[in-house]
Amino acid sequence: MKQLEYSDLARRMTQIKEDLRQGVEKPFKEVIDVSWGDPHRGGMKPLTFVRQVLAACVYPQLMNDNKLPVDVRQRAQKLLDGCAGRSVGSYSATQGIPEIVQRVSEFISRRDGGVPSNPENIFLCCGSQWALSRILNVLVNAEAAFTTGVLAPAPCYRTTTLSIEGLGGVVIPYYLSEEQGWELQVEELQQALESAGGACNPIALYVINPGNPTGHVQSRKSMQEVIRFASEKRLFLLADEVYQGCIYGEKEFVSYKRVLAEMGPPLSDTVELASFHSASKGFMGECGLRGGYVELVNLDPAVKKYIYTLFTADSSAPLLGQIALDLMTNPPLPGDPSYFQFDQETQHIKSTVDKNVKKAFEVVNSLQGFSCPAVEGGAFAFPRIHLPAKAIQKAKEVGMQPDTFYCLKLLEEAGVLVSPGSDFGQKEGTFHFRFCILILHDVLEELLRRLTLFHTQFMKDFS
Amino acid sequence: MNHGTSLLWKQRALSSLSATRRGLPKEKMSENGMSRAKVLTIDTMNPTVKKVEYAVRGPIVQRAVELERELSEGMKKPFAEVIKANIGDAHAMGQQPITFFRQVLALCSYPELLSDSIFPEDAKNRACRILNSCGGNSLGAYSASQGIESVRQDVARYIERRDGGVPCDPDNIYLTTGASDGIVTMLKLLVCGEGAARTGVMISIPQYPLYSAALAELGAVQINYYLNEEKCWSLDISELQRALNEARRYCNPRALCIINPGNPTGQVQSRQCIEDVIRFAAKERLFLMADEVYQDNVYAEGCQFHSFKKVLFEMGPEYSETVELASFHSTSKCYMGECGFRGGYMEIINMDDEVKAQLTKLLSVRLCPPVPGQALMDLVVNPPQPGEPSYERFISERTATLSALAEKAKLTEQVLNTVEGIRCNPVQGAMYSFPRITIPEKAIKEATDVGQQPDMFYCMKMLEETGICLVPGSGFGQKDGTYHFRMTILPPKDKLKILLNKVQEFHQKFTQQYS
Repeated sequence: MKQLEYSDLARRMTQIKEDLRQGVEKPFKEVIDVSWGDPHRGGMKPLTFVRQVLAACVYPQLMNDNKLPVDVRQRAQKLLDGCAGRSVGSYSATQGIPEIVQRVSEFISRRDGGVPSNPENIFLCCGSQWALSRILNVLVNAEAAFTTGVLAPAPCYRTTTLSIEGLGGVVIPYYLSEEQGWELQVEELQQALESAGGACNPIALYVINPGNPTGHVQSRKSMQEVIRFASEKRLFLLADEVYQGCIYGEKEFVSYKRVLAEMGPPLSDTVELASFHSASKGFMGECGLRGGYVELVNLDPAVKKYIYTLFTADSSAPLLGQIALDLMTNPPLPGDPSYFQFDQETQHIKSTVDKNVKKAFEVVNSLQGFSCPAVEGGAFAFPRIHLPAKAIQKAKEVGMQPDTFYCLKLLEEAGVLVSPGSDFGQKEGTFHFRFCILILHDVLEELLRRLTLFHTQFMKDFS
Repeated sequence: MNHGTSLLWKQRALSSLSATRRGLPKEKMSENGMSRAKVLTIDTMNPTVKKVEYAVRGPIVQRAVELERELSEGMKKPFAEVIKANIGDAHAMGQQPITFFRQVLALCSYPELLSDSIFPEDAKNRACRILNSCGGNSLGAYSASQGIESVRQDVARYIERRDGGVPCDPDNIYLTTGASDGIVTMLKLLVCGEGAARTGVMISIPQYPLYSAALAELGAVQINYYLNEEKCWSLDISELQRALNEARRYCNPRALCIINPGNPTGQVQSRQCIEDVIRFAAKERLFLMADEVYQDNVYAEGCQFHSFKKVLFEMGPEYSETVELASFHSTSKCYMGECGFRGGYMEIINMDDEVKAQLTKLLSVRLCPPVPGQALMDLVVNPPQPGEPSYERFISERTATLSALAEKAKLTEQVLNTVEGIRCNPVQGAMYSFPRITIPEKAIKEATDVGQQPDMFYCMKMLEETGICLVPGSGFGQKDGTYHFRMTILPPKDKLKILLNKVQEFHQKFTQQYS
């Protein structure tokens, strides 16, 4: 497994932070780290209702405390009723606490306009990436004569591709169309399959919608094309939808499951699909709790039995993560005591991120040599930088990818840590970097201010 | 794409053989697109996944859950409730959490509570310290893949104190999602090679089936070494040697796993035994994996927990600088019983730097361990100290829990040994009894006829007639022709007494029935 460019940057950041702690003079007082899709790290506050329920579940004596709203106490009671020994310290059933799995399936059905969801097809896991790696484990046959291939987008979130490679599979990249705002074009899927030729056995197609790092939200039409393609080429569809709660602008999120169902038979009865969601993103932002789930659609029942057994050896997903999923899929409703505050807090997060998206778009596109489509969804902006030839040359001389070179200088001189595009895969000769926009607005403004100053100087130095 | 992988698959582009000649699955779509074969079938799926079994949550547990459902729907049964004595889940059986831990975790979850007077000062201080080490001061931020640095430092200090001053480098500490995560990751690192060069991993029989499941999934070779039931499940080096010598003929043995205190057997290894194992691993160049999650669960007189790390270092540099060791601990057992938090750590000694880099990458794929579990581990390694407000209560809760377990361990051994046809070794530690049962020939035959292991047959009957869910010994491995079951000692004492009596009654009835 190849080392990420980012790891060097992260190490350098640690050194710089240590220098700052020791009082070394720098052009900045602290490092702004926007390399992670981590809202809480970016300063966003957890939702009060969520944390109150978690606290009451962890320390039930709090339920005697009238300071906690009635609906918090009721929810905590209900959740503890579903825990063995009424404790969040016990294991749960393999697929998760049955009441929570049931409620997650109801959420899915509501979200999808009534398309039925069967709790038997849902597994709560220690984060969506864990779930994805388990499903990949079933798909990727490391012993076969031909390596298992999984189609994945370029650019793609590196953890997924690492997961595929770590299991002995091979990634077949399909290029997203940057000119069309990172659209997935089915011709590219075809092209990717053809390039793979006889080199491997393609078994699955991974899509992430909304996109990471691209921020693109797929149109229904595009999703239908993907489904048809998967059916035609006999590919198992893996739909990573963890950013479904992060939508900006006019596009709407629709799930692959819903699109599939609405396409009717035979597709709706045959295309095999695994969709992934998590409590790490959206308004919850609870990355550290590790609450994720996978829903399986149209799987062979015999295979499902093996998948179930595979999950049994993992014991169970962390209880607090499962509870986070319950709260995410069943938030306070109008009329509930906690609703007002909950609504205020989520509205505040929404308006902050909307402002961030707008500001980032304006500022980044105003800089010479930058181009960035509007972020439609997800946690990141992924601008393209047209680096001057001199900079590219310098990068080569010091043995670095040009965008990593840019990112390192940005870190050293402006104290901003972003992720270089070369870690995600990009078309030859293009350069990008990714930064998180689920952060406090002040932090974003400071980041953009530093970027502007740095970039102006950089372009002068390398013109 | 990543240059490495794009080159890799381009290099593999050979000829344009047709799908059928390559042995790849043919298109099975019929003319109208109906009744087509699935993409993912039992033939196309990863074959190693099919070999995975995990008896602790296996078929007998599924039947137990069904019975629970039937009971709740009002169906009449010979029992009023199903008792899940199959799984090492202390809280499920009524064990109470440690108050201090839950207070700190509640404060970490909802820091507004820091202004609430119901919480003692030391809990508040601890919560602040933990939150300061979290991104955005929240349990909801990702931590570094290796775990929160300050927690790793605290774990290192705990290990140093536990091991009488033997130094521990926090860089060698990896926080994990329960001990299982660490164990499986290490096995992933160790397993490679093809055919006769395929990695072999030595594991005790009986063993905790996570090991056999992981080895099956990885396609590694499982090398069984038998613990000595007649000698209270002790480990004989000669048996290790026998197993190793034989295994060398068909695989490449690279690792030796040992669970101490043992699961399911409960034996606590003597210091001498641990030294012998270390010497053996050194001589045979085996990576040692020491599963020590039950390190506080030691009950029998004359038994003491000795950590592999401590013994290793006390054997001097010839061993301490060469033997590669990974030891595992968790928040799920001992006196905490906090399985649901999925807290754990591993300490890695003498691992090659390049391999460490690979380890880091492997761990990064699952991002980070659950942060509440990391916070809990911090409290476990850093409990209240004498003089602190929460100390008295902490000590009394911890002592009560551990002594209750010790009592129940003794009780279990005593009662089961009064039953003819059941022989139970002393439960020296951990959380289980693993008695040997005599199954009449007639029953063995009936079991074989229905394609069941005799002890599974026995346990299923017990479940149907008494509602008690145990795990048959065949799920853990046992000497051919012997039968066992594993039963936890976790139910509250009064309930346990009743359970043990029911087991006794059932065994007598069963023996009678099949005589």
